[in-house]
Amino acid sequence: MSTAPPDADELSRRAGEFLAAHDPAATEPLEFLRARFDAGLAWVHYPEGLGGLGAPRHLQPAVDRRFAEAGAPTNHPERNGIGLGMAAPTILAFGTEEQKRRFLRPLWTGEELWCQLFSEPGAGSDLAALATRAVRDGDAWTVNGQKVWTSMAHEARWAILVTRTDPGVPKHRGMTYFVCDMTAPGVEVRPLRQITGEAEFNEVFLTDVRIPDEHRLGEVGQGWRVSTTTLMNERVAIGGSAAPRESGMIGVVAALWRDRPELRTPGLHDALLRAWVETEAARLTGARLRQQLTAGEPGPEGSGAKLAFAKLNQEVSGLELELLGEEGLRYDDWTMRRPTEVDFTRRSPGYRYLRAKGNSIEGGTSEILRNIIAERVLGLPGEIRVDKDVAWKDLPR
Amino acid sequence: MSDLLYGEIENDLRASVREVLGDRAPWASVLAGTERDEPCDAALWRTVAGELGCAGLPVPEELGGAGATWRETAVVMEELGRSAAPVPFLSSAVIATAALLAAGERELLAGLAAGERIAVLAVPFSAAPGDVRTTVEAADGTLTGEVTSVADGMAAEVLLVPAGDGLYAVDAADARRTAATSLDMTRRLADLAFSAAPARRVAEGTGAVRAALRTGAALLASEQLGLAERCLDDTVAYVKTRYQFGRPVGSYQGLKHRLADLWTSITQARAVARHAASCVAADDADTPIAVAVAQAHCSAVAVKAAEECVQMHGGIGFTWEHPAHLFLKRAKADAIALGTPDRHRAALASLVDLPPA
Repeated sequence: MSTAPPDADELSRRAGEFLAAHDPAATEPLEFLRARFDAGLAWVHYPEGLGGLGAPRHLQPAVDRRFAEAGAPTNHPERNGIGLGMAAPTILAFGTEEQKRRFLRPLWTGEELWCQLFSEPGAGSDLAALATRAVRDGDAWTVNGQKVWTSMAHEARWAILVTRTDPGVPKHRGMTYFVCDMTAPGVEVRPLRQITGEAEFNEVFLTDVRIPDEHRLGEVGQGWRVSTTTLMNERVAIGGSAAPRESGMIGVVAALWRDRPELRTPGLHDALLRAWVETEAARLTGARLRQQLTAGEPGPEGSGAKLAFAKLNQEVSGLELELLGEEGLRYDDWTMRRPTEVDFTRRSPGYRYLRAKGNSIEGGTSEILRNIIAERVLGLPGEIRVDKDVAWKDLPR
Repeated sequence: MSDLLYGEIENDLRASVREVLGDRAPWASVLAGTERDEPCDAALWRTVAGELGCAGLPVPEELGGAGATWRETAVVMEELGRSAAPVPFLSSAVIATAALLAAGERELLAGLAAGERIAVLAVPFSAAPGDVRTTVEAADGTLTGEVTSVADGMAAEVLLVPAGDGLYAVDAADARRTAATSLDMTRRLADLAFSAAPARRVAEGTGAVRAALRTGAALLASEQLGLAERCLDDTVAYVKTRYQFGRPVGSYQGLKHRLADLWTSITQARAVARHAASCVAADDADTPIAVAVAQAHCSAVAVKAAEECVQMHGGIGFTWEHPAHLFLKRAKADAIALGTPDRHRAALASLVDLPPA
């Protein structure tokens, strides 16, 4: 066991040693990923024995680059964003030692995918209004309810689940958080077809689902506190990418502008340049946010980053359709499918335009994010709350 | 990627400039100054430029400067933007200084760096970095012609005039100067006329003028950032205390969401302005793009912030007694200064290969 947390040089040395001992080309991918986890080089800021070495978080990208350059197999983060971005940090913060040892390794290697059973038909932005009931029954809980907008539910082995365990107290106090086995009897996943024609997410019906008490995450009644950790990590996961200039939607439209002079009009030129400037401003803001994190002085800029991203993606994908004119009238495929990842660039302009409409709803609506900025950053008075001191069971629904 | 944060020295510099401006340029005194027939606040200028050493920040030590960079100067610009202080810092300590640095003109530079002399580049304040047209002719060491709408033209002792084949220094006393009634009451314009005015050539070609306008445009973004921050701060403070219908108006989502959007734009403006300042400081290859982006973005943010400040203050925001109008006038003039957003977007179009229709 080391005493001081490893620095950049130490991590680089360990990564080098690991790669020398495990030839990426000759090692079976899953075996390689498990060994990388066991060596503490999976997420270096996690504790030893749980995939990390207790190193500073900002040293992770250099380690990832080192492995990528060596041609190491990936754990397909695009397929397990909820597991890696939200479930893992929540389990780390609130899980028992046994839960951490059971769940984190197969989560990181991608052997077990995760989904998030949070939103309900009656509780989206107002998550604490949720109605899915969990009732104690000896060493287990019996769960009944309906969740919605659940990405990856059709692939996931496990879910993070938040439930109501005490309807007699105000809504934030009567919630409890669990890990739910998606293969348990009574879990039914139904595809939910959306605006693009495909079913990227699902409805999940929970009927008398038994969850052992050892799969409870945090104390009974502490579900809101645990959920807050998940949601904070969700926004960090969404805002933290390091994109080069002209990446994403603006790159798609700029390339189209250069390749197809016959489509150009003066008005669209102006709109394109305005969007180009806005995208560059958002990119530089993201770069500054990362510099702040590295310097250990995190700012609240992350909440604005998601807001700006959603607005831009919607504007620029709409611009692309107008630029295409007649071609913009067509769509690639309305077939109902169940994709496991979202990739804007592999689908048609029409898909991009429609899918972008989700950006201002998923992971916190733009309206909720504006409330958060106004109240927590600018210190403006909170919304008038009529539900604060009322027992959940007495609230109008 | 350039360093977009502020260092310890920059934070210290900001604190001392903000303290001085808080004492010497509260908005009531800035407003009172607009009623006087003085081209700028000369006493404040001596303090900021000379005593605090802000005018010499980007000038090498052997020329009497501090040997710092345009990054530190940009922090001073942010603070000046926050107060709309009527001093010729942008004109003399940024634009004229950048021209003289590019020209390698040592004698004039030392006086500017010490804050002892004020020089301005004699071009219309609306000139974009690519504008090198001149309306002045040079012959036998004299200049003849007219230049309109020169920022701080009445405050200047030395006029740096692009003419013919280069850049000339003219003693302001040798020009006929007419004060203009300016939209921005805190940065006044003047029309200049030269009639065989004695002139000394300080640079050949147009390089020094281009460098000066580019540096000015880059650092103007920091002034716009500071102005926008001030407008947001004042507005947030006001909507917390102004009650209507029994609650602070800042509790209404209609206002909260607009202020959240404004905060998001200002957050972006900070990254963009820092990038532009860092690029000119390092003479980075990305400078032309960084400057065009900064002016296209920060101009709009500053105007929006000032407009929201007026609107969300309600009737009081429309009065002469409230400082909001000083910021609105400065913001709109700044949007036109050194190239409108549209001019900068057009420049960008060729820089990033997005040709017009």
